[in-house]
Amino acid sequence: MTGSETGVPYSPSMASRSRPWLMRTYAGHSTPEASNALFRQNLAKGQTGLSVAFDLPTQTGYDPDHPLAAGEVGKVGVPVAHLGDMRALFAEIPLDKMNTSMTINATAPWLLALYVALAEERGTDSSALAGTTQNDLVKEFLSRGTFIFPPAASLHLAADVVTYAVDALPAWNPTNVCSYHLQEAGATPAEELAFALLTACSVLDAVKARAPEDAEKLARVVGRISFFVNAGIRFVEEMCKLRAFTRLWDRLTRERYGIADPKARLFRYGVQVNSLGLTAAQPENNVVRIVLEMLAVVLSKGARARAVQLPAWNEALGLPRPIDQQWSLRAQQIMAFETDLLEYDDLFDGSPVVEAKVAFLEAEAMREIEHVLGLGGVLRAIESGYMKERLVASNAARVRRIEAGEQIVVGVNRFTETEPSPLLHGDLLTILRVDPAVEAQANARLRAWKGARDASKVRDALLALKRAAMDGTNVMPPSIAAAKAGVTTGEWGTALREVLGEYRAPTGLGGGPPAAAVGASAAAREGIDELRADVRALGKELGRPVKLLVGKPGLDGHSNGAEQIALAARDAGFEVVYEGIRLTPSRIAASALEEGVHLVGLSVLSGSHLELVPEVVRALSGSGIPVVVGGIIPKEDEARLLALGVARVFTPRDYEMARILRELVRVIRDAARDAPPSSEGHAGR
Amino acid sequence: MPDADLEARLRGLARGERGVVAACLNDVEDERPAARARDRALQRALVASGASERAHRVGVTGPPGVGKSSLVAALARALRSGDARASPRTVGVVAVDPSSVLSGGALLGDRVRIAVGPEDAGLFIRSLATRGALGGLARAVPDLVLVLAAAFDVVIVETVGVGQSETDVRDLVDTLVFVVQPGAGDTLQHLKAGIMEVPDMFVVNKSDAGAVAAETRAELVAALESLRRAGVVREAPIVLPTSSRHGAGVLDLVAALDAHRDAARATGELGRTRATRSVARGVRDFSRRYGELGVERAGGGDAVRAAIAGALARGDDVASAVEQSCPFGDERLVRS
Repeated sequence: MTGSETGVPYSPSMASRSRPWLMRTYAGHSTPEASNALFRQNLAKGQTGLSVAFDLPTQTGYDPDHPLAAGEVGKVGVPVAHLGDMRALFAEIPLDKMNTSMTINATAPWLLALYVALAEERGTDSSALAGTTQNDLVKEFLSRGTFIFPPAASLHLAADVVTYAVDALPAWNPTNVCSYHLQEAGATPAEELAFALLTACSVLDAVKARAPEDAEKLARVVGRISFFVNAGIRFVEEMCKLRAFTRLWDRLTRERYGIADPKARLFRYGVQVNSLGLTAAQPENNVVRIVLEMLAVVLSKGARARAVQLPAWNEALGLPRPIDQQWSLRAQQIMAFETDLLEYDDLFDGSPVVEAKVAFLEAEAMREIEHVLGLGGVLRAIESGYMKERLVASNAARVRRIEAGEQIVVGVNRFTETEPSPLLHGDLLTILRVDPAVEAQANARLRAWKGARDASKVRDALLALKRAAMDGTNVMPPSIAAAKAGVTTGEWGTALREVLGEYRAPTGLGGGPPAAAVGASAAAREGIDELRADVRALGKELGRPVKLLVGKPGLDGHSNGAEQIALAARDAGFEVVYEGIRLTPSRIAASALEEGVHLVGLSVLSGSHLELVPEVVRALSGSGIPVVVGGIIPKEDEARLLALGVARVFTPRDYEMARILRELVRVIRDAARDAPPSSEGHAGR
Repeated sequence: MPDADLEARLRGLARGERGVVAACLNDVEDERPAARARDRALQRALVASGASERAHRVGVTGPPGVGKSSLVAALARALRSGDARASPRTVGVVAVDPSSVLSGGALLGDRVRIAVGPEDAGLFIRSLATRGALGGLARAVPDLVLVLAAAFDVVIVETVGVGQSETDVRDLVDTLVFVVQPGAGDTLQHLKAGIMEVPDMFVVNKSDAGAVAAETRAELVAALESLRRAGVVREAPIVLPTSSRHGAGVLDLVAALDAHRDAARATGELGRTRATRSVARGVRDFSRRYGELGVERAGGGDAVRAAIAGALARGDDVASAVEQSCPFGDERLVRS
């Protein structure tokens, strides 16, 4: 679809050198001021755009003083509770000259409203605002978990952002359809293609339903939809996937939406390469993985990314430091400016091997697209749990392949002999730590902000917002007015929760696909039989079947790990209670008591383990129910958690499900031995 | 179990204390001798004191995939918050999920749908797996129901209704709700063939499905009406449309449940029915435990029934009644 622009495809020259992609780093943490300093530092190093990471309370519409926000403030991103925080976040950064990507979804209308309000107050022409709001709710339901409202209401709000922005912010990408998180959740390339394109279609369908006659507007919307894609280590297949994306998008927009202008049908995408495949074992190898994964998205000019952000080598260990992020930025710069890559036209046009693979992926994806449309479309497929179940099953298959050694991961299931890594010298120094004091600071700022506003203006603004949500008119204008009136993120979220309701999603475990440990090689199957016998024996010892609760405390929605352990435990013969995401520690403890479980397993990936886990342990003290934790947990924290009474800590280093489950059996047995049977269940009132 | 401990448990149950309820339920499920003894003592005390008689026991059953869990969640929410007609009530739920035949394991994921405040001590959920028990219900369920009935205003038993289990759950509850979904032709056939006379009311869930839902409802009403004409049932059970997705019809269901309970109470039928059902349960437990040979040696089905009815009338709990009716030594008999 590109062909040769110069007509002399094989003679590279500096004159015809392609422009490099936008280079970004996903950044933000602690406070707006600290994040602002980080942004400016990154820009000074040659980064050409910003990619803002918001903390989980901001992403899920809570102020920092909400009970569910405890322990999460400033952790995985920057807290933005009101216009004052937005001012501090973009201090001395000219908005009209910046390209700002915001990873924000359920609260996308609100964060965009704050950004627009800031621009207006600075006198910046909003037509010059360039950037992206992620605003893809489908993948939140399927994988990332920071949804708030029920699916239909969520898609409606997303469409509000899109229809507002195409008129008012012509240079803005109002939605960034994500296949990224689908791959992180285990999607195969065909599923990634299909589900992402279906998501884009759901946006277009919503826009079309609002103005069926306005073909011109629909064309503008198509032209502003961008994608956020993942690229894994199988980089040839990944490159083909991206070529398939460009072709399928061209075809869908032409055939399904009648878009005549080929330019509007261009598949525009940004990339964050795969974090799922990064390993905690021999983490220095991750640098190589990251660069190879980048090849998939820059190598072919015909399907090259518009913007690239790379994870840091130590993501599986904790939050990366500035030096780690710099290393990843330098990798991009070397690729763009040292190599000759940008001097050539597409390297793969006409390759029969690539062509065949692309055609295959295209056909597979089309089959899946038609299947979901046959089920009644994306909304139905979310509500019924179909898409989620597909992803959980695919991920289980991936985990199984790695455990069985069918999929080689260097340093993990092959070539595990290693020298001590100098990078890990003193594990405590190799990641960034967020000062726990930021939560108190954020709360103090919030109180001061609330004290300084005009209460009647706030009330009126919230009323107008609720009225718009009730009437189904666009929430963007009242949200911008609310931002200016001093409304907070939590107030915005509460107002809309009251009107639209709150959603708890299917866990994807309903269908119960075979999990990791089952159906593997003969040796693994033998292992599972042994494990099952042991679980049964333990049940006899305890007088009833072994029961465990898998819990995800806090706001972190990344549930893949919890889901995989729940499935594997069931297949090993445990009775497993899994309540899904976003639960307070006290709720988890209450459920554990009610259900009479023998063990609580917590999964925390947001770095809030030191705040959330001890809460659960405390609430269960005296009940005799042991607590184990899995997640991205640094070594020194592991020691602290163990000292606080946590029975075991599992990190990404523990990838073998069967081994984890055997540990759980041991923990339960030890706990039963420590507590005489007559006292079982008496305590913990 | 020392009397003081038993007293403490009974007091804790009466107050609906989470820790005490949980401990009692753990004992119900626990097969070890010490736990069995504690449970039996508690069960006897519950029967003797009548502590479990006050609660309304509701069964929700139906084929897989009809949205029972969502309906139970919506029902629990409605009962917890109350309305103009009725004040808020406390709710205990027993949710029974199928076990995997292969591994014996189970995923008990239905709690996810019941979104209530974390500190709400007025809602208590215990899920358990069928564990291959006959009739689809785990052995422990009847005793779990009695414990919850001593602690909460309403006890809901949620089971997957296939085959024999409807008749099992029938004997545990005062009001049995059978849930179907629109377009469930097979289910209707199954109902007509077997258990249609068992439930007290039917719910057509997912009623937002439009014409199909209305059709299913009409078909069901017609079938029930013909049962009435044939004299199989005295009155045709009512058929309610609900949509747990939008909460539609849930308040109507609460009202219908209350009306059913009130009518049974007013006529004194509630006590009689509970007694009859306890006998039926005892007879079934007897033949499961001692087999055909046991029934024969006890003098046949009628003799077993009479013996159990007699024991229950003297104030025994079902398990004791079953043991006492056994004419030969029960090696598993546990005395505390």
